[in-house]
Amino acid sequence: MMEEDRDGLLGVTAHTIRVTEAVRDGDSLTFIVISQKLSGSGEYHVARTHEDFQWLQECLFNPEEVPGILGVISPPLPAKPHLNAPTKDLKPLGFLVMGKDLGTYCKVLEIYLQQVAANTRLSKNKCLENFLTSPEAPGHQRVRKSIFNRLSQAMEGLRKEGHKDVDSFFQTERDNNFTLTGFSKTATERFVDVVLTEQKLAVACGHLSTCLHLCVEQRDDHAAQAFSKICVKLSGVVDSMQKNFENVSENNLSTLGLGLDLETRYHEAEKEMLFRRTCKLVELETASRNAERAKPIKKAAMDDLKMKSEKEFDQISGVAKQEIARFHSVHVMLLRQALILWCEKQLVTARETFTCYSQHLQAFRDLGE
Amino acid sequence: MATSSERSPPPFPDSEDQEPEPEEVGDHDSDDGEDIFLGSDDLLETKMASIPVGDAPAKTQSDPFCDLFSEPLMESAGAPKAQMDFTEKPASEMTIGSTQDVIEVKRDIAKAPEVVTDAATGLSERDIISKPRLDVERKPGKESTAPMVDVLMEPASKTSTAPMVDVLMEPASKTSTAPMVDVLMEPASKSSTAPMVDVLMEPASKSSTAPMVDVLMEPASKSSTAPMVDVFMEPAGKSSTAPMVDVLMEPASKSSTALKGDSISKPSSTSVVDLLCEPSSDNVKESKPDILDPLADVIQTAPGRNAKAPFAAVTEEPTRDLFDDTPSNLFAKSQPSKPAKHLQTSIFDDPDEDLFGEHLGDALKKPQNDASKGEAAPVAKARHVRGPLTDNHKEEGTDIFTEGSVTSHPSAVNRVVPANSKTNGVQSDEEEPDIFSEATVELSLDSPRNDRKRKEVANPSAPPAAVAANVTKPQPLTLEELEEEESEDKFELNISITNPEKVGDGMNAYMAYKVSTQTTLPMFRMKSFTVRRRFSDFLGLYEKLSDKHAQSGYIVPPPPEKSIMGMTKVKVGKEDNSSAEFVEKRRAALERYLQRVVCHPSLLQDPDVREFLERDDIPRAHSTQALSGAGFLKMINRATDAVSKMTIKMNESDVWFEDKLCEVEAEDQQLRKLHIMVESLVGHRKELSVNTAGFAKSVAMLGSSEDNTALSRALSQLAEVEDKMEQLHQDQATNDSFCFAELLADYIRLLGSVRASFDQRMKSWQRWQDAQNILQKKRETEAKLLWANKPDKLQQAKDEINEWEAKVTQYEKDFDRVSSTVRKEVLRFEKEKARDFKKQIIKYLESLLQSQQQLIKYWEAFLPEAKAIA
Repeated sequence: MMEEDRDGLLGVTAHTIRVTEAVRDGDSLTFIVISQKLSGSGEYHVARTHEDFQWLQECLFNPEEVPGILGVISPPLPAKPHLNAPTKDLKPLGFLVMGKDLGTYCKVLEIYLQQVAANTRLSKNKCLENFLTSPEAPGHQRVRKSIFNRLSQAMEGLRKEGHKDVDSFFQTERDNNFTLTGFSKTATERFVDVVLTEQKLAVACGHLSTCLHLCVEQRDDHAAQAFSKICVKLSGVVDSMQKNFENVSENNLSTLGLGLDLETRYHEAEKEMLFRRTCKLVELETASRNAERAKPIKKAAMDDLKMKSEKEFDQISGVAKQEIARFHSVHVMLLRQALILWCEKQLVTARETFTCYSQHLQAFRDLGE
Repeated sequence: MATSSERSPPPFPDSEDQEPEPEEVGDHDSDDGEDIFLGSDDLLETKMASIPVGDAPAKTQSDPFCDLFSEPLMESAGAPKAQMDFTEKPASEMTIGSTQDVIEVKRDIAKAPEVVTDAATGLSERDIISKPRLDVERKPGKESTAPMVDVLMEPASKTSTAPMVDVLMEPASKTSTAPMVDVLMEPASKSSTAPMVDVLMEPASKSSTAPMVDVLMEPASKSSTAPMVDVFMEPAGKSSTAPMVDVLMEPASKSSTALKGDSISKPSSTSVVDLLCEPSSDNVKESKPDILDPLADVIQTAPGRNAKAPFAAVTEEPTRDLFDDTPSNLFAKSQPSKPAKHLQTSIFDDPDEDLFGEHLGDALKKPQNDASKGEAAPVAKARHVRGPLTDNHKEEGTDIFTEGSVTSHPSAVNRVVPANSKTNGVQSDEEEPDIFSEATVELSLDSPRNDRKRKEVANPSAPPAAVAANVTKPQPLTLEELEEEESEDKFELNISITNPEKVGDGMNAYMAYKVSTQTTLPMFRMKSFTVRRRFSDFLGLYEKLSDKHAQSGYIVPPPPEKSIMGMTKVKVGKEDNSSAEFVEKRRAALERYLQRVVCHPSLLQDPDVREFLERDDIPRAHSTQALSGAGFLKMINRATDAVSKMTIKMNESDVWFEDKLCEVEAEDQQLRKLHIMVESLVGHRKELSVNTAGFAKSVAMLGSSEDNTALSRALSQLAEVEDKMEQLHQDQATNDSFCFAELLADYIRLLGSVRASFDQRMKSWQRWQDAQNILQKKRETEAKLLWANKPDKLQQAKDEINEWEAKVTQYEKDFDRVSSTVRKEVLRFEKEKARDFKKQIIKYLESLLQSQQQLIKYWEAFLPEAKAIA
C-alpha cells in the first residue's frame, strides 16, 4: 500500500523504465531513458549521462533525507565504461561492456533504475523523479563531493571492516556476505573467461572457414572438383560452428553472465550497506564510551549525542534487516530468472545447431564420390 | 534330321582311315605331325559332327561313332605321348583325360541322339560326368574305349585315371587353399583345359598342321562364346576380392569385348568355315559324296550356336534365323576351303600360343603343369608377375591384356571345346546348361518332342547370357575406373593398431604396438593375425618401401615423424595427459600410415609389407634416425629445392606435370595454413574446456555457501552440468585434433611424398638427358675418328655408341614409365584424398552431432532444476 502511494509520488511505474540505447558522441555516452507515466498515457524520454546516474546515486543516499537510509542496500550502479580503452582495462567491467553496442550496459542500467524505483525507501526521493522526468540534466556539483565522500569511506572501511558486531544476525550476514562476494566474483570472472574463449573460438572458426574457401580450386578434373566441393561444404560446417559459438556466447552473456554480474554487484552493495552500519555501530560505541567517561558538565551533551547515535543505529539496523530479507529474495529471483533464461536459450541454440549439423552430415553423405 | 543323320556317316570313313594312324602317331608322333594332324582334323570333324551329329544321328551310326571317337582319342593321346617325351606327364595325361572325356561326352551325346527321345538320359549322363568328374570320366572312358581299346586304351587308361586326377586336381587344390575357392575353381578348370589345348597345339605347331589348329578353333567357336563368357564372368564378378582376380578381370572384360568382335567374327566365321571346309573337303574326298549335305548341316548348326551364344539371346527365334541364314553362307564359304585354311592356321597359331601361355600363367601360376608348354608358360608368368607389381597396367598392361583378350578367346574357345565334349572334369556346372541348350536346340530342330527339354534348358542357359551381357558392360570401363575398383579391394584388409605398451625402462624404453590384421586376401596365410611392432619398425618399413618404390615414381605414404620430445616424456614415465595423448596420437597415426600402405595396390604386393604384417619378429631397423623429425623435414625441403632447381633446368614437355607441381605446392601451403587454423581451434577448445572446469568449480563453491537451499541445489547441479560440458569440450577438442589436425598433418606429409615422386621423375629425366648428351659426344668422337681415318678405334667408338643408344632408349623408357607412374599415382592420391577427407568429415560431423545431442540432454535435465528455485 505504501508503495502505491510512493509510486504515486514518483509518477512512473518502476517496471516500465527502459534504457533503450546508448548514444556515443566522441568520448561521452548518453543513455536514453524511457519511462511510462503513471497516469497511463505518455512516456518520459530523457537523455542521461553516466555522471547523472552517479548524481542520482549520491542523492539517494543523502543521509539527511530519510531516517535509516544508510541501512538500505543500494542497487548497484555499474562503473563507467571507458570507451576506446584497451580490452585489458575493460576486464574489470566484465560482461558489462562485452555486448554489442553496449546493449548489455544499457540493460544493466535499466535494471539499476528499476531496482531503485522498486525500492520503497529510495523511490520517495525527489531526485529520482527529477532524474526520470526532467528534460534538463541535474546539476553536477554535488557529485564530486560525494565521490570524495565515498573515497574517504573506503579508506575508513579498511580499518572498520573487521569490527566485531554486537548483533549475531549481522555478524553472520557479514560473514556470509564476505564469502559470497568472493565466490560470486570468481564465478563471474570464470564465466567471463568461458565467454571470451567462446568468442575466440568463433573467430577461429571464421578464419578456418575463410581458409577453407581458399582451398577451392578451379580445375576441371574430377578428383579436384570433389575435393573442392568437400572444402566448400566443410567451410559451411565451420560456419555453422562459428554461428553456434557466437550464439552460445551471446546467450551466456545476456543471461547468466548478466545475472552473475548483478549478483556480484548486489553482494558488494550489501557489503557496503553492512559496512555503513558497522561504521554507525563504531560511532555509537564511541559515543557511549564518551558518554560514560564524560565529565558531568558535558554529560548531558554526550548522552544526547549517544542517544542520537543509538537512535540512528537502531533505525539503520531496522531498515537493514528488512533490506537484507528483501535482498535475499530479490537476488534469488534475479539469479533464477537468469538461469532459466540461460538454460532455455542454450537449449534452443543447441537444438538449432543439432539440426544444422545433421543437415550438413546428410549433405556429406549424399555427396557422391 | 535326315540331313544330320546322313552327315554322321562321313566321319566313319575318316575315322577308319585314321584308326591305323593313331598307332603310328603313338610311335612316331614327334615325327609324324601330319598324321596327328590328320587325326586332329578328324577329331575336329568328329567333334563337330559328334555333338551335332550325336544329337540328330541315327542309331545305326553309333558304332562308327565309337570309331570316330576312338580316333580322336588316339590322336590326342598320341600327341600327348610325343610331348611326354619332351615335356612332362601331366600335360599328356591331361590330354588323354580330356580326350577320353571328349569321347565319353560324344558317346553320351551319341546315345542321346540315338534314341532321340532319350535326351533326358543324355542329360543326366552329362550331369553326372560334369559333377563327379573323375569317376565319371573314368568309367565312360573305359566304356567308350571298348571299341578302340586296342589303340587308345593303353595310353588312356594308364595315364588318364590317376594322372588326370593329378593334373586336374593340382590347380584346383592349389587354388582351393585360397579363400576364393569358387573364383579360382574356374581358373582351375581353365587351366585344366588349357594344358590339353597345349598338348594339342604343340603337335600342331611342330608339324605346322593347319587342320589341327582349325580343329581346335572350331569347337572353340562352336561352343566357345557362351561358356567362355561364363568362365570369365565368374572371376570377373568376384574379381574385386583379390588382386590376382583383378588381373584375370581385365582379360576377362577385354576378352568379352573381343569375344563379341573377334571371337565371333574370326573363330566362328573363319574358323568354322575352315573347319567346315576341311572336313568337307577331306570328307568329301575320302568318303561318300552324301556327306556333303550332312556336313552342311553340321556347319549350319555350328554357326548357329556360335551366333547364338555371343548374342546372349538364347531364344529360339534367333537361333533359327541364324540357322537359316548363316549356314548357307558359311557353307558357301567353306567350299573354297583349303586356301583359307592355311591362312587361318597362320592367324590362329599365334593367338593360341599367347593365349595359352597367359592363360596358364594367370590361372595356374604353376609351372609344373606347363611343362608341356615349356616356353610359353614361363613367359606368360613373367608377364603376369609384372602386371600387378609394376605399373604396366596402363600401357603395357593394356597391351598384355589386349593380347590376352585376343588370345583368351581362343583359349576360352579351346576350353569350350572340352566343355562341350566334357573332356574337362573340372568344368563348371554352369557351362553345362549352355552346352546342353545347344544340343537341345539342335534336337528341337529335328524333333518337336525335345522342345520341352530345350525350354527347360533355355532357362539355365539364360543366366550365362545375362552374365555375358554384364561382361559387356565392364568393357567400356576406363582405366581409372579399373583402378578405382582395385582400390576398393582394400576393404578386404583391415589393419588396426592397439595396445600401445611401454617396454623397458629409462631411456632405452620404447613403445610397442599391437598390429592386428584381418584379411581375406589369399596372399596371407591366415585370416587374422597379430604382431607386435615398435615405432622404428614402422620407420624401417617405410625406408624399405621407399627404397624400392620411390624410384619408379610411386607415392610411398610416409610414417609419422619421430618426436624426441614426446617420446622422452613417455620414457621418463610421466603418466600425465600429454604423454598419453602423444601415444594415442602416434598410435592413430601409425594405423593410418599402415592403412595407406596396404591401400596401395602395388605396395600391398611388396613382400616387406607382408612380412611386416605377418612375421612374428622382424630384424631391427637401423639408422631410422635420419628419417625422424627435423631431419625428415629437412630432407623434404631439400628435395623441394632440388625439384624447383631442376624445374628451371628441365624443359618441361608435359604441361600436366608442370601444372600439377604448382598445384601441389599451392596445396601444401593451403594445407599448412589450414593445419595452423585447426590447431588454434583445438587450442581454443582446450582452453574452453579448462575454463569451463574453472567455472564449474567456482559455481560449486558459490552453491555450497548459498543460504537459499533451492538456489544452492540448483547451483551445485549447474556445477555438475558444467563438469560434463567440460568433458564434452575436451572430447570435441580431441575430435578436432584427430579428425582434422591429424588428417591435415598426414596430407602435408603425403604431399611431401608426392613432391618426392615428382623429384624422381626429374631425376630420371636428367639421367635420360645426360645419356643423350653422352651419346651425342660419342657420335662426335666417332665422326672425328672417321675423319682422322682411324679404323681401329672406330670400332670401339661404334660399340660405345650402340651401348649408349641402348641406354638412351632404356632411360627414355624409364622416364616415360616413371612419368606415367607419377601421373597415375597423383591421380590416385587425389582421389584418395577426396575420399579420405569426406570420410573424416563425416566422422567428425557425427561426433559433433553426438556431442550436441549430449548437450541438449544436459540442458534439458537442468532446466527443471532452475525452475525449481523458488
